[in-house]
Amino acid sequence: MTVMEQRGAYKPTPPPAWQPRTDPAPLLPDAEPYRVLGTEAAAKADPELLRALYAQLVKGRRYNAQATALTKQGRLAVYPSTTGQEACEVAAAMVLQERDWLFPSYRDTLAVVARGVDPVEALTLLRGDWHTGYDPHEHRVAPLCTPLATQLPHAVGLAHAARLKGDDVVALAMVGDGGTSEGDFHEALNFAAVWQAPVVFLVQNNGFAISVPLAKQTAAPSLAHKAVGYGMPGRLVDGNDAAAVHEVLSDAVRHARAGGGPTLVEAITYRVDAHTNADDATRYRGDAEVETWREHDPIRLLERELTGRGLLDEAGIEAARQDAETMAAALREQMNQDAVLDPMDLFDHVYAEPTPQLREQRDQLRAELEAEAESEGGTHR
Amino acid sequence: MTTVAVKPATMAQALTRALRDAMAADPAVHVMGEDVGTLGGVFRVTDGLAKEFGEDRCTDTPLAEAGILGTAVGMAMYGLRPVVEMQFDAFAYPAFEQLISHVARMRNRTRGRMPLPITIRVPYGGGIGGVEHHSDSSEAYYMATPGLHVVTPATVADAYGLLRASIASDDPVVFLEPKRLYWSKDSWNPEEPAPVEPIGRAVVRRSGRSATLITYGPSVPVCMEAAEAARAEGWDLEVVDLRSLVPFDDETVSASVRRTGRAVVVHESGSFGGPGGEIAARVTERCFHHLEAPVLRVAGFDVPYPPPMLERHHLPGVDRILDAVGRLQWEAES
Repeated sequence: MTVMEQRGAYKPTPPPAWQPRTDPAPLLPDAEPYRVLGTEAAAKADPELLRALYAQLVKGRRYNAQATALTKQGRLAVYPSTTGQEACEVAAAMVLQERDWLFPSYRDTLAVVARGVDPVEALTLLRGDWHTGYDPHEHRVAPLCTPLATQLPHAVGLAHAARLKGDDVVALAMVGDGGTSEGDFHEALNFAAVWQAPVVFLVQNNGFAISVPLAKQTAAPSLAHKAVGYGMPGRLVDGNDAAAVHEVLSDAVRHARAGGGPTLVEAITYRVDAHTNADDATRYRGDAEVETWREHDPIRLLERELTGRGLLDEAGIEAARQDAETMAAALREQMNQDAVLDPMDLFDHVYAEPTPQLREQRDQLRAELEAEAESEGGTHR
Repeated sequence: MTTVAVKPATMAQALTRALRDAMAADPAVHVMGEDVGTLGGVFRVTDGLAKEFGEDRCTDTPLAEAGILGTAVGMAMYGLRPVVEMQFDAFAYPAFEQLISHVARMRNRTRGRMPLPITIRVPYGGGIGGVEHHSDSSEAYYMATPGLHVVTPATVADAYGLLRASIASDDPVVFLEPKRLYWSKDSWNPEEPAPVEPIGRAVVRRSGRSATLITYGPSVPVCMEAAEAARAEGWDLEVVDLRSLVPFDDETVSASVRRTGRAVVVHESGSFGGPGGEIAARVTERCFHHLEAPVLRVAGFDVPYPPPMLERHHLPGVDRILDAVGRLQWEAES
C-alpha cells in the first residue's frame, strides 16, 4: 500500500478518551439578574414571606447602624458593615432548615444573627474578647471566617459528610466577589461538583474588595458563569431584591437537598458603607455611584412593593421600625457592659489536654497575674 | 522455647494495618487523598482499603491539597475522623493556610466546642533519590504552629502504635512518615496484637553513658549505626528517639542528658531555625549544670534540598555524627 492509499483509508476520529460531557447550556446563568419585586413574578410571591423579609431587612439595617456606632464608642474593634446588602444576609439565613449549616465570611455577622445566634455572641470576634463567641453546633453556624474563601471547602466537607451519613442536610456558604479570586474558592467548587455535595455557594458581588473594583478582580462574563467550568448551575440574581434572592436560594437549597448537587449564586448588590469603619471609601469611589444604589436599596424596593399592593401601611412600617429599635437598644445595653476576660483562658483549648510546655507557660502567666494583683493591692510604686 | 518464623512486616505495611484497624474499629474514620483509592497510594500505604471499606471511606480526591484538607475540616466538623494523605512533604504546602488558619486553631477559637480530630499523614525526608520537591523535611513549620501535634515514627512497631494513637486523638496530628524507612523491617510481628503508643513520649533506643544522641524519624537508624561505630572510639552513646516533636518529652530527654552530660541533636531538617535549635535550648535550660560541653547539632545543610545525586553529602551520616561527638570536649575529662 502506498502512503497515499494509507491516507485514503484513514478516517479522522476524536481522541480516544474523549466523550461528550455535561451540556453546559442548562448550567449557564440568565442574561440578566433575576428579579421579583416590581415584576410580574411578584404576584406569585407569598405576602407573609414578603412581610417577614421586610421585618428582617429593617432590623438588619438597624443592626448594621448600631454595630457601626459601637465602633465609634470603642465598644467594637472593627465592624465590616452590610448596609445595602441586607437582602442577601437575611435571605441566606431564612432559606435554611434548622438542621442545615451556614458558613459565613467575616462580613456576614448579620446573617449569623438572622440565623438565631445571640447578637452579642455574634460580635465577640469584632469586640475582641475571643475569636468565636457562639457555639457553632447550637445554631449550626460555622465561625465567622476571616481568611477569604477558606470556609468554602469546610462547607463542602460538612455537606459531603452529612450525605455520607445519610442526613438530609444542606450547607450554605457565603463569600464576596473578592473571595472568588482565591484558590480555595476554586478548590471548594470543584470538590463540591465532583462529590455532588449538597452545598449552595452565595457570592455577594458588592462591587468592591476593600477598594478594588470587580473589573480588576475578574475577566469572567459574570461570577455566576464560573459555575459552568465546574459543572454546576450558576444563577444570577438581583441581590437587593429580597424576594428574588430568597427564591433563588430556596431553589438552590431544594435542588441540593434533593441530591442535585451544588449551585453557585451570584447576587449583585452594593456595599453602601466603606469596607469597615476604618476604611475611607472616598479614596476609590464617588458619591454619585453610591447615590444610584440608594435608589435601588433593598428596603426601599420591598417597601414599594408591599405598600403598592396594600400589604403594608404606615403603621406596619412604624411597627417594624419599633421592633428594630428595641433590638438595637438591647444590643447597645449589652455591648456597653464590659467583657469579662480571664487571661488563663489563653491556655485552654489549644489542645484537648495542655502539653507539658503549655502547663509551664500557664504557671508563668498565673504567677505574673498574682504579682500584678499584689502590686495593685499594695502601695503605688 | 520454640520460635515461630513470621514474615517481618515493613513500616508501610504496619501503617496500612493501622489504617485498616482504625477504620474497622470506628466507622467515623475516613481516608482521603490523591491516589489513595484504586492505586493504594504512591507508597501503597492505603493498599486495599478502598476495596475493603468502599470508596466513600477511602476516597480518591481531586488533586488539590488545600481542598483535601479544607474539606476534611468540614467533615471533622460533622463528626467524622478524616485521615488525610499528603502525597509528598513538599506537596503539603498548598494546604498550609487551611492547616495554620483552621486545623490548628479551630478548637481554640471555638473554646473547645469544635475540635478537629484530623490526622495528616505526610511522607517526609530524603534518601530515596527523589527529584526536586520530593524530599523536604518540613517538621519545623509544623512544630512552630500551636494546636498541632507532630509525630514521627522510626520503627515498624511505632508506625503502627503511633498512627493508631494519632487517629484516636481528638486533636489534629501531623503524622510524618520517614519515607526512606517505608521498606524497613524490624522485629515487629504483624500476627500479634500491636500496642497503641501514647503521643508525647520519647524512648531510649539504646542506653549509653558517654553522650546522648537526640533524634527522630529517618535519623534514628543512622544514630543507632553511629552508636555502634562509636564503640571503636571508646564512646558508649545513648540514643533517644523523640517520636513526638509536639508535645515534646522534656523529661526523657533531660534525664538522659543529665546521665551522660553531653548531647548531639541529629536531624535531616536544616540547622538554622530547625528543630535542633529548640531542642538544644531546652536541654541547655534544663541540664546546664550537668553539661560537659555545648549541645551540638548535626543537621541537613541550610540549602534547598539537593538533587538526588548530591543528597548523600547533605544528609547527616555516621561520620558527621561521630565528628560531632568527637567535638564534645572530651579532653576536659582526661
